[in-house]
Amino acid sequence: MRRRAAGLGLLAAAAAVPLVVRSEYVIGTLTLMCFFAFVGQGWNILGGYAGQFSFGHALFFGIGAYTSSLCFLKAGLTPWVGMWLGAAAAVLVGLVTGHLSFRYGLRGAYFALVMLAFAEIFRVAATNWDYVGGSFGILVPLQGHAPRLFQFGDKRYFYYVILAMLLAVTWAVARLERSRLGYQMIAIRENEAAADALGINPYRVKLAAMALSAAVTALGGAFYAQYFSYVDPTIGFGPGNSIEILLRPIIGGAGTLWGPLLGAVLLGLLGESTRGLVKSYAGLHLMLYGAILMAAVVFLPRGVMGALRSLGGGAAERARA
Amino acid sequence: MSADVVLSSLANGVMLGGLYALVALGLTLIFGVMKVINFAHGSLMMLAMYATFWLATRAGLDPYLSLVVTLPVAFAFGYAIQRAVIAPVLRAPEHNQLLMTLGLALFLDNLALVVFRADPRTLLVAYSQTTVPLGPVRLNLPRLLAFAGALLISGLLWLFLQRTTLGRALRASAEERDGAALCGIPVGRVYAVAFGVGTACVAAAGAMAVPFFYVSPEVGNTFVITAFVVVVLGGLGSFPGALVGGLLVGVVESLGGLYFHGSLAQIGIFALFVAVLLIRPAGLLGARHA
Repeated sequence: MRRRAAGLGLLAAAAAVPLVVRSEYVIGTLTLMCFFAFVGQGWNILGGYAGQFSFGHALFFGIGAYTSSLCFLKAGLTPWVGMWLGAAAAVLVGLVTGHLSFRYGLRGAYFALVMLAFAEIFRVAATNWDYVGGSFGILVPLQGHAPRLFQFGDKRYFYYVILAMLLAVTWAVARLERSRLGYQMIAIRENEAAADALGINPYRVKLAAMALSAAVTALGGAFYAQYFSYVDPTIGFGPGNSIEILLRPIIGGAGTLWGPLLGAVLLGLLGESTRGLVKSYAGLHLMLYGAILMAAVVFLPRGVMGALRSLGGGAAERARA
Repeated sequence: MSADVVLSSLANGVMLGGLYALVALGLTLIFGVMKVINFAHGSLMMLAMYATFWLATRAGLDPYLSLVVTLPVAFAFGYAIQRAVIAPVLRAPEHNQLLMTLGLALFLDNLALVVFRADPRTLLVAYSQTTVPLGPVRLNLPRLLAFAGALLISGLLWLFLQRTTLGRALRASAEERDGAALCGIPVGRVYAVAFGVGTACVAAAGAMAVPFFYVSPEVGNTFVITAFVVVVLGGLGSFPGALVGGLLVGVVESLGGLYFHGSLAQIGIFALFVAVLLIRPAGLLGARHA
């Protein structure tokens, strides 16, 4: 109950921000936070709950961004539909890559690198295929304020769209956490051999996690392409994007419902504050970012949620004593 | 297409493959010993390339001669990094180790960006365009030197691992950390040595590539993504796997370049990669399932 009340309060506050704050900068920052929380939640399903650490989620992101943009550019199909086609395509690719990897029980570092390689395949292919824009990428043709085409004259609309998407995925993952599939995923993460012995089929559960994770990440990619009206092979499929996707849920706490959101808010604030401090040197804020990341790994090994939980757990134990 | 063109492309592929193999050897050694994928591998390579570049332009040191300086420094740097950055997370979950090396990569890459700026630099040496005839093909001298150097260093590394006490200690720590510690092997220091040696390998590859490759803050990533494919191909942690995988990838990329232009040549590498994954998921020479 408290969890739901806290969630609703947070949602109300987030929804009210654009009514109070007019600054495009603030709305833009919040939009990106929600966006990173969204794709982070997509990664979290496979990497956090099912424990299959993917290093190539840009694969699904890029497929979502490219599919929705191409459907619009080539066939005039609205991205509201195209984004679902992108999700379907990502699920398909996820099932193929998942089959190749999970069939023999590839996991850990091996699986992480295999996913990275698959994303690279798509990046190289997209760079060299002129039909999809080659290395230049795709500019989504602007139509002014056209809500039916997922284009808005005012950035606040994008904020509400991604907020709604984030709400939906948070709700869905909260349900997943308490579902049969969710428990099976966690069991496989904690001990695959034991889960197998209990009659869980790791191959099928991991494939299911991969499909859900791919779909969510692809929807995020489609949003990105509409929000920036642009996608290119490196933005879409590049290793840098894969890193961006997994960073927030891990900092926040992988395998927790609120981890991706918490990570997105913290890294968002961090990025904005350090960017302001060190505007004059290109790269300096990323350098600090790297240093802070290393410190976080040492001092917050289970993410912020993990640290909060052990604090809470400690308090509860003291209360019992 | 004439046979000569194919042969010369093959030769170029083998020479490039030698460098890939050396990058991959460093990666696979570090992974094999401490089960950490070093995401900062490319950043270490980039630093070595800058060091070589500056030694050549400021001090007039030949890039291949300056290895005498850069290799010991790279080893010491790797040793120190392992102690300071990797050692604290050795018993942490895998993703935290990865995140640590990722943070290190972000830090080093952007440090280079701040200090050296983004402009790519190229070093011209007197023999940049010199070629050596070999049968029907002419080999580019710097590439040939780099290949010979890569083979030499791989051979020395193999001898070090097989014949020296420290090498044996390293292999023992790789096989069984606790067992090795019980036998009195200072595993912590051995790990640092492994990281230092891995760093020296990738630094050597970087330094030797400087006469025919541009230097920029993100140059290492180009090589290391390929090296990731190489180690998965050859089997993570497998020494011969990295060698064979590196040469194979170099040849496939080079021959692919005959038929596809631009970066599409890399598609061949990835096709090979998927094929291996289908047939031998533990890698060509991987001993065990990961």
